[in-house]
Amino acid sequence: MTKLGQWLCGLALLGSAWAALALAPPGLRPPAPYRQALLPLPVYLLVAFGCYSLATVGYRLATFNDCEEAAAELQEHISAARADLRRRGLRF
Amino acid sequence: MAAGGADKFSVLLPTYNERENLPLVVWLLARTFRESGNNFEIIIIDDGSPDGTQEIAEQLEKIYGSDKIVMRDIISVLFSLGTAYIHGMKHATGNFIVIMDADLSHHVSLYFIKQKEGNFDIVSGTRYKGNGGVYGWDLKRKLISRGANFITQVLLRPGASDLTGSFRLYRKEVLQKLMEKCVSKGYVFQMEMIVRARQLGYTIGEVPISFVDRVYGESKLGGNEIVSFLKGLLTLFATT
Repeated sequence: MTKLGQWLCGLALLGSAWAALALAPPGLRPPAPYRQALLPLPVYLLVAFGCYSLATVGYRLATFNDCEEAAAELQEHISAARADLRRRGLRF
Repeated sequence: MAAGGADKFSVLLPTYNERENLPLVVWLLARTFRESGNNFEIIIIDDGSPDGTQEIAEQLEKIYGSDKIVMRDIISVLFSLGTAYIHGMKHATGNFIVIMDADLSHHVSLYFIKQKEGNFDIVSGTRYKGNGGVYGWDLKRKLISRGANFITQVLLRPGASDLTGSFRLYRKEVLQKLMEKCVSKGYVFQMEMIVRARQLGYTIGEVPISFVDRVYGESKLGGNEIVSFLKGLLTLFATT
């Protein structure tokens, strides 16, 4: 199954469970407190996911390594390379 | 195993206007391989560069020998990365293929050690883990990179931390199999390779790499890239 397929299945499953419980006709409803928590649940989850995303990306952005040493090393390599290749007859 | 029982590494370098960088990359690669004692060849696949890339590749061939530097050009214009790799692989005589950019973005490092460690089918460079990282990126570029990677991880759950890097080592048979299966263009193609590899059960090892921003030449990354990245990501999401 494709990733899209998995998402659609998952959403369909959770969505129908939620709808069955939250939007049930008067005779089949769960008790009032549960319903109050259940009805806005999709929105809560969305907001929670949004916060998680921002926090994660923010954290990763902050801890993104800057490779000072690698850059300096590379510059050295470049000089060495140019010198050596010129010696071997390369015309740049 | 290649003939003689020892491993041989074929490095594929697709180039377009890399006249400045090419000698330096070749020199770094040759030195790295010589120091580690591994047998290698470098296959340069040039897309008709107007800046003299081919001419400098020929000079390098004379210096290093034509068993080490192999020049193959393509007469088409603006080939895709995939075409370059297919073309390059036809001439590769090693049992491992290394794919990297010829633009000095990738600090040459020792992938084969990692491969031996875990006998991996694929070893991929990652900028996001360990002491991997970048140099010369402003905040905006880092944010886009991390954001795009986050979306990719959520949607594709690929099991690898860096999908858009292009410094990778593959077993030759593995690369051939993946090339048959992958249909995307540009660097979405790189992403598709990892996703398909996972699906086919290949093992993937990761090595931290330092992505030093282009020292010479112009970066080929433009604003359109973000849009095409998203389109490609959604396509992969829907088809893999």
